[in-house]
Amino acid sequence: MSDLLQVEDLVVEYGGRHPVRAVDGISLTVRAGEVLALVGESGCGKSSTARAVVGMEKPAGGAVRYHGEPVPPLGLRTRAAALTAMQMVFQDPNSSLNPRKRVAAQVADGVAAARARGAGGPQEAGHWLEQVGLDRALAARYPHQLSGGQRQRVAIARSIAARPDLIVADEPISALDASSQAGVAAMMRRLCLDAGAGMLFISHDLSVVRQIADRTAVMYRGRIVESGATEVVWNDPVHPYTRALLAAIPRADGKGNLPQAPAAEAPAEWASEVPEALERA
Amino acid sequence: MTAAPVLSIRGLTVAFGTRKRPTPIVNGVDLDLVPGRIQGLAGESGSGKTVTAMSVLGLLPRTAQLGGSVRLGETELLGLRRRDLSRIRGRRIAMVFQDPSASLHPQLTIGHQLTDHVRTHLGLSRTEARQRAVDLLERVHVPDPADALGRYPHQFSGGQRQRIAIAIALACEPEVVLADEPTTALDVTVQAGILHLLRDLALERQLAVLLVTHDLGVMSAIADDVAVMRHGTIVERGPREQIFTRPEHPYTRELLTALPESDFTDERARTALAERDSADDPEVGP
Repeated sequence: MSDLLQVEDLVVEYGGRHPVRAVDGISLTVRAGEVLALVGESGCGKSSTARAVVGMEKPAGGAVRYHGEPVPPLGLRTRAAALTAMQMVFQDPNSSLNPRKRVAAQVADGVAAARARGAGGPQEAGHWLEQVGLDRALAARYPHQLSGGQRQRVAIARSIAARPDLIVADEPISALDASSQAGVAAMMRRLCLDAGAGMLFISHDLSVVRQIADRTAVMYRGRIVESGATEVVWNDPVHPYTRALLAAIPRADGKGNLPQAPAAEAPAEWASEVPEALERA
Repeated sequence: MTAAPVLSIRGLTVAFGTRKRPTPIVNGVDLDLVPGRIQGLAGESGSGKTVTAMSVLGLLPRTAQLGGSVRLGETELLGLRRRDLSRIRGRRIAMVFQDPSASLHPQLTIGHQLTDHVRTHLGLSRTEARQRAVDLLERVHVPDPADALGRYPHQFSGGQRQRIAIAIALACEPEVVLADEPTTALDVTVQAGILHLLRDLALERQLAVLLVTHDLGVMSAIADDVAVMRHGTIVERGPREQIFTRPEHPYTRELLTALPESDFTDERARTALAERDSADDPEVGP
């Protein structure tokens, strides 16, 4: 399979004279028909990576290639039609949906992007709403007339209506109620694979990632510390940080077991390089 | 159940809006908080769990219409005068909030925030209060407590700030602690440490804790008893293990089925979940 997305030694920095290095030389690839999860805790650089991938952030170093071509930075101009095959889903649907447009019109924006690229596909909003498990009747609503979960589904419907071959999703489920998180994540995986697309799924929630990602990359302080097949990383983590992260997840089994707490805040070994933790299969 | 409850909530109702057209938020909640035990209150956003906790301390806006009863020992808290309530707030009932950066004052040193209300409430001298502050910070495992007193909140990590907020809550030796999503803003590795701390403190200080959280993993880790809230009502309650392994109410079964980190699954609940978001529900609004 070909690489849809190639990230090589990506560096993202913020600030002028003494920049903060948010992403410190990471490399990853996303192939068609697979879901790559990028997980980590707040401030590890996962969102900065997502923003650099779609061109919202100018890399301070390294390269982001989509279909082998560098991704140009997003500016005020409309993106080239070819780039609309890369779609993004954000954490907060309230800021990604237009509050003054009906659901049908917003999904139509996605359809228009597909047509401009010459990609075919169903035109009516109702079809795409059904794809994300929403009633067709919601097409006539405004975003404020929907629940948070429904809004995020609309945002997803709009992005898949654009017939993407790559979806970059930055914490797409963390603003949702716990009971719909796993369902929406599973739906995103299904839609993505049905369309033969690839997905970069960014999340801090490892238990959801485990269910939907083919491969997982764990980020800590701007670097990928462990990566590989999701089940391998989950069942047998080798990097000290991954181990601590997995041990800290509380299990909802009702047994009153406290999750393991790290002995110290951010021990030095978490930042250590463990070459055998990378690209595990 | 061993000890008698220190705090009893009976038939609590809360409504917002105008007198003529009130919007009910909490519809008759009963809860008992017992020393040394953590009572969990679970529910999704908008279920009324936070409003329940806030009403105990009279922290709701004046427009809120309250009914029922909240008793702390012999004292009825609902309808208590502000002055009397402020003697109880922080002194006998303390709160820990979700976001420690919002509950700590950014321009005051930790020492100031830890000693100020101790001196107000307990009438300690400056040196006594300072010693107490050091002891408390030590207890919540803030490194180098004496030095920490002179520093400001922004000089600490999120996890340390939450530990400091807990120290402040404990400063006046409260009987009741209301913890509203105390670990939700924290990373999972930091959360684990805070859960240990809350569990230990509840036992060692015989605190009656109300733990409000949407996170059933957190609930399963430290709550002794669990109440599940939906649309302003408690739909199911019971000892932790029973709720997590033998839930009866369809809603509880849905919540657990939806959760990847729970062992419980139920096919009927799975179907209900799949349909929940799709519905054209006219009730849903801003």
